[in-house]
Amino acid sequence: MSFFKRLRDAIVQKSEEVTQKFTDGLAKTRDLLVEKVEDLVRRYKKIDDDFFDELEEILITSDVGVNTVMELIDDLRGEVRKHKIENAIDLQPILSEKLVALLKNDEAADTALNVEDGRLNVILFVGVNGVGKTTTIGKMAHMFKQQGKKVLLAAGDTFRAAAIEQLEVWGDRVGVEVIKQQQGSDPAAVIYDAVQAAKSRNVDVLLCDTAGRLQNKVNLMEELAKVHRVLARELPGAPHEVLLVLDATTGQNALSQAKTFGESAGVTGIVLTKLDGTAKGGIVIAIRNELNIPVKYVGLGEKMDDLQPFDPEQFVHALFAGLIQQETEAENTQG
Amino acid sequence: MAFESLANRLQNAFDKLRGRGKIDETIVNEAMREVRLALLEADVNFKVVKDFVARVKERAVGQEVMKSLTPGQMVIKIVNEELVELMGGNVAQLTMSHRPPTVIMMAGLQGAGKTTTTGKLAKYLTKQNRKPLMVAGDIYRPAAIKQLQVLGEQLNIPVFALGDQVSPVEIARQAIEHAKANNLDVVLIDTAGRLHIDEALMEELKQVREVAKPDEILLVVDAMTGQDAVNVAESFNSQLELTGVVLTKLDGDTRGGAALSVKAVTGKPIKFAAMGEKMDALEAFHPDRMASRILGMGDVLSLIEKAQANVDEEKARDMERQMRQGEFTFDMFLDSMQQLRNMGPFEDILGMLPGMNKMKGKMNVDEKQIARVEAIAKSMTKAERANPDLLNASRRKRIAAGSGTSIQEVNRFIKQFDDMKKMMKQFSGTAEKMMKKSKKKGGMGLPFMGKGKGGNPGGMNFPFNFKPPFK
Repeated sequence: MSFFKRLRDAIVQKSEEVTQKFTDGLAKTRDLLVEKVEDLVRRYKKIDDDFFDELEEILITSDVGVNTVMELIDDLRGEVRKHKIENAIDLQPILSEKLVALLKNDEAADTALNVEDGRLNVILFVGVNGVGKTTTIGKMAHMFKQQGKKVLLAAGDTFRAAAIEQLEVWGDRVGVEVIKQQQGSDPAAVIYDAVQAAKSRNVDVLLCDTAGRLQNKVNLMEELAKVHRVLARELPGAPHEVLLVLDATTGQNALSQAKTFGESAGVTGIVLTKLDGTAKGGIVIAIRNELNIPVKYVGLGEKMDDLQPFDPEQFVHALFAGLIQQETEAENTQG
Repeated sequence: MAFESLANRLQNAFDKLRGRGKIDETIVNEAMREVRLALLEADVNFKVVKDFVARVKERAVGQEVMKSLTPGQMVIKIVNEELVELMGGNVAQLTMSHRPPTVIMMAGLQGAGKTTTTGKLAKYLTKQNRKPLMVAGDIYRPAAIKQLQVLGEQLNIPVFALGDQVSPVEIARQAIEHAKANNLDVVLIDTAGRLHIDEALMEELKQVREVAKPDEILLVVDAMTGQDAVNVAESFNSQLELTGVVLTKLDGDTRGGAALSVKAVTGKPIKFAAMGEKMDALEAFHPDRMASRILGMGDVLSLIEKAQANVDEEKARDMERQMRQGEFTFDMFLDSMQQLRNMGPFEDILGMLPGMNKMKGKMNVDEKQIARVEAIAKSMTKAERANPDLLNASRRKRIAAGSGTSIQEVNRFIKQFDDMKKMMKQFSGTAEKMMKKSKKKGGMGLPFMGKGKGGNPGGMNFPFNFKPPFK
């Protein structure tokens, strides 16, 4: 099982604190996905149809997505036939490797934010209602501030009651300024003001909030396109990132959201929020597999610094933490 | 959307199996595979799907196929009936206390829409001549109190708040006193969003419940929730003993399988569905309609009901008579547009048609475009509206200026109007026949054709660039 060994070696290089955050934040997902798989493998000595049925159930209940699961199961059946695998236990590493392969989709591998020193970086946040856009902005503002950058927030959610106040509270907490207008004003106008202010104040990072909108509302998506146009016109190259904020508890609709926002707002990356509360990290796999939009950040808790860059290796490591430990112990006793 | 409607899929599966008088096991198994996938894609929980499929199978095998139906349709019928049954059969009502104030407590995950729903529910209650009080019990999320206060101002409904330093339990207690003293008969308690695994916050909710003794504890659930909906509903229910559920964000393009999961694990009725940004976008939940939505069969029923409630019958009959004589004027057009709009945003209406839900969003129904067309018609003189033949170049120029559009737009509209008129003429000939046909199906009538006429407007060219592909 050199695969887990490689993974473990890769993880050892990384900050222990971050590893801990991932391990804690994904505890629920791990319980559900990985431990159920382990349990399954233990119960079934031989691989048969029932085994695959149960495996399918485990994956689907993790929101991995029907299409992805069907592909995966077909793949596994193929492997079993090809290599004449009979014992369930021998299938487990193959499954793990396949899951990691899904997560490490190369085209979507770049999780770094397109933020450069020495210029104004504009990040636009979009998403449906209630996914945590404003909170994510607050956390990200904190993160950039920690890095010593000058941050400015734009209160582009002019629709929802008290959304502006909510962003202001975050501005106070983090200690950054907020550019705003009245509730009900044109969001594009707020963004315009914010870009002007950011330019004149030599800001490094401008984070733009927008109102939550369901992706099937044509008019609202148009409004977003306008904000995008204004940004591009006022600052060549902007927005440098358009982050789609997704709620990890969302089911298959997340794919529709990613697709539609991708088309009309030019999404460059995904922030997956509330991952700590859900047992369903599976949507990460579905998104990776079916769309070429990288998951760049994940929200793993309610505290200000609980927003972490998404690291597929960390993610998989956290999921298979139990297995990796077992293997290490086994090695130690042997050696 | 990647989802093909279940009806289509079943149809394809059954094409192979045509011509059997009974539903045998092969057919059922074939069908159930599709049903299962459709339900899973709609985010219905895996276990719920499993039980459901088993039950339908049992019922379906050996059933005689009704004469008018194909085996496929018969299976859909059974599936639909079972779904409706599972979702609670009838429309559930709010329990009102005999000794006011009635206390309603809202609970749910972060971002489910509790505060917005509290506002909508308050508005809904005022329409029923109740006097609600909204209580700002979310002391954690930044500006949540402010959000409720702003909503209160918009809706002109009182809000009780004690800031974010007082415990929600104390807020609830004082709020109820306040309601009693001020003769407010419903108290709506907003609470902070919390993860169902957050024990400290769940404990707080229990304490609020102890103090407030709510008549209703409503769990607010985002319709887009995935497989986890079951766990959320289960743990809120086991800790708080819910009395009902509110499903939010149903105006999105999600199939809303969460509805089924939540109902199945809690056994508690879904009482309301929130479907829009506006404060009056809260409706009683109709299990039968949700069933068709989950199956991807559209929501024809809702549409028919909306049409019935809003179309002025007499006007419709009048129009129908005129149309039969081959007359169609801009006046009639304006009337029918008005009636169509009374039914709600155009997009919503379209979304309710079978097969259209998928296209919703893609189709670009631009309300502004409709408004522009209306403006053109309204910029005509009475004489012009009654007699479209009058419209010469100089009149068209004036109309363009008056409506703030271009001559090209006016021309295009008049051309479309003429096309429509021609079609109406063809229509009136076959109207009799169609009436008989469509009555059976309860066909949907666009107000152009008078109520309950419907039938087959295929190819009808609406003057705002969309062709309804329904049959």
